[in-house]
Amino acid sequence: MRIALVGNQNSGKTTLFNQLTGSNQHVGNFPGVTVDIKRGKLRGNNKLEIIDLPGIYSLLPYSEEELLARDFITNQNIDAIINIVDATNLDRNLYLTLQLLSLEIPLVVALNMMDEAKNSNIFIDLNKLEEMLHVKVVPISALRQEGLLELIDKIQNVYKEKNIVNADFLFKKEEKIFNSIQCLKACFDKNNAIKFHHKYLAIHLLETDESSIPNILKKEDKEQLKEEIEKLENYYHKKHEEIFVEIRYKYIESITSKCVRKNNEITKEQKKSLNIDRILTHKYFGLPIFLLIIMFIFYLSFGSLGPLLSDLLATFLNDFNGWSKTILLNCGVSNTFVSLLVDGIFEGVGSVLSFVPTILILFLCLSILEDSGYMARIAFMIDKPMRKVGLSGKAFVPMILGFGCSVPAILATRTLHSSRDRRLTIFLIPFMSCSAKLPIYALISLVFFKAQAPIVISALYLGGIVLALLAALMIKLIFNSKPIPFIMELPAYRFPSFKSTTLLMWEKAKDFLKKAFSVILIASIAVWFLENFNARFEYVTDSNNSLLAIISQAITPIFKPLGFAKWEITASLITGLSAKETILSTLEILLGSASNICALIGPLESLSLLVFISLYMPCIAAFAAIKKELHSTFEAIMQMIFQTSFAWLITFAVYQIGKVMIMCVL
Amino acid sequence: MTIADLKLNQKGRIISINGKGLLRHRLMEMGFTPQTIVTLRKVAPFGDPLELTIRNYEISIRKDEAKMIEIMEIKE
Repeated sequence: MRIALVGNQNSGKTTLFNQLTGSNQHVGNFPGVTVDIKRGKLRGNNKLEIIDLPGIYSLLPYSEEELLARDFITNQNIDAIINIVDATNLDRNLYLTLQLLSLEIPLVVALNMMDEAKNSNIFIDLNKLEEMLHVKVVPISALRQEGLLELIDKIQNVYKEKNIVNADFLFKKEEKIFNSIQCLKACFDKNNAIKFHHKYLAIHLLETDESSIPNILKKEDKEQLKEEIEKLENYYHKKHEEIFVEIRYKYIESITSKCVRKNNEITKEQKKSLNIDRILTHKYFGLPIFLLIIMFIFYLSFGSLGPLLSDLLATFLNDFNGWSKTILLNCGVSNTFVSLLVDGIFEGVGSVLSFVPTILILFLCLSILEDSGYMARIAFMIDKPMRKVGLSGKAFVPMILGFGCSVPAILATRTLHSSRDRRLTIFLIPFMSCSAKLPIYALISLVFFKAQAPIVISALYLGGIVLALLAALMIKLIFNSKPIPFIMELPAYRFPSFKSTTLLMWEKAKDFLKKAFSVILIASIAVWFLENFNARFEYVTDSNNSLLAIISQAITPIFKPLGFAKWEITASLITGLSAKETILSTLEILLGSASNICALIGPLESLSLLVFISLYMPCIAAFAAIKKELHSTFEAIMQMIFQTSFAWLITFAVYQIGKVMIMCVL
Repeated sequence: MTIADLKLNQKGRIISINGKGLLRHRLMEMGFTPQTIVTLRKVAPFGDPLELTIRNYEISIRKDEAKMIEIMEIKE
């Protein structure tokens, strides 16, 4: 039996899903679905599968998520629906419920946050509510695990008894609509191509016209539809969509007036939130407070706890590598194989493993921001400037995270609700110089510019931001794509549940490791191979004879117009793909000391090199993250190619302009 | 007057929603239907978007969308 969990955003859907399935969940692979949908088996009952659909406000396909959720429910053989509803706000939550009922699938309403409702002196007459909705209503508190057994019991019963609501009750009093629905339904009954539920389709089409449904309608169906819509619009003197929305809201108003009794206009949580927001979204203090919070998160993940854990892990991995080397060599295993295993695989994978503590901490912080409701406020505050470049306020946090590490930043785009914004943000994140680039900037600019080094470093950071903004503007102009209008609920502030945040953190890390592992493993082996073998596939000890050297020498002419056509630099750029900090260690190996780079190139060339390093394709771990989030290897590779070519062009411009400027001065 | 003309904590009753298509439909689905009462709660630090209370919840929309919604001022 497959049960879909459907509800508004911020209704506690994910918490309920986590409580029902425990750790018994994974991201499901559904055909044709690009948004991750989690599914899991009910705890203690393997026959019951629960599917967590994206949080939605309506079945109208307004965002990709809503289209997906609707198509999922109508196409994927769902046996029953649990509709989770926030008891503290029936006024809006029941809108989706009324739409879901028209699907005529077995459904139970889970009335969540009952504890909070009681706390705010909201009393709900459950019997009356069941009577008016014509479905079973189970009061629950997902957070406190109350009412969950009853919920599961009820949904199974409803399914077994095929106890399906007849959705007509909503239109009983509206004879004209009722007739139109019947008439269209009769048309559809004759059309075999239609796989949607006929009555739902009739209502949906009358409300939206045919544009949102693939071409399954016959000509006579379309004519009939047009006629019925005209009839309704003439009768009600309103646009057809308005008629349906108003009927639903009128019905909800009659429900709340009969079933809900409350003492205050707004709940305690809302009142508390309005008070908190006096400070957190304050006209002048709001943004500085946000910056402080972000700085604190950065400090935690990149300045204190993160590096501490990373270093511990790195030391351990280092020791582990040392031991395994000694043990394997003592056992008489061949030198080459030990080198492959330890220097290639262990070291490569280990360098990525050391990302994990940072990712964990960042995601812990992020999920607290998201679950508490603060993320929505950030989007609210920063939306206007972000919109200028074609993004919405929600894209801001992932972009900022990019200064720490592209990998968690890219994974964090998951919080964006439109696929368009997500793609654009993923595209822009690598422009933000990640923390691994700072040591490279520092060393090279210190060698060449000494006291002016801080200016150079700041310019590199700023340059990235400016280019990202320009790129975003360019994309906005080329594709003429408008950001989707910003209509966002500002949920009441809530204490995030420990379980949800830790589970989310664990999942992110697991996800990343699993998917990134294969890419990183291959890359590590490849780099090791290039460093240690020559063109005749013989093991070499002098890196000057290695394949890496040969390939680098072949590629190097590309960098001639950029001023740094030295194979040692090319080699470091190549190995830098496995992780950017490797650029320094490779230079170290090839030049004896990285500061010897001043023997190879001059100041202008070093500047050009720095620009190239700041812009060329991100490391393999970031590539893995991009591939994972875009659900496409091709698109991820295209992005890498674009970024590297873009980096080349910009660097070319910088170098040539620099040359001309120097000539003029001389 | 439209929602964009409301002053802080001022209330208005919706008369009509201009515009067309999906956006208008979505605004109505989020609760902006004729006769509904809206309160302006806050303006974002950069002057846009707005935070409103409607149907007992808080929602944020941009001024562009707010200008689409005609209201009648409610005098306290």
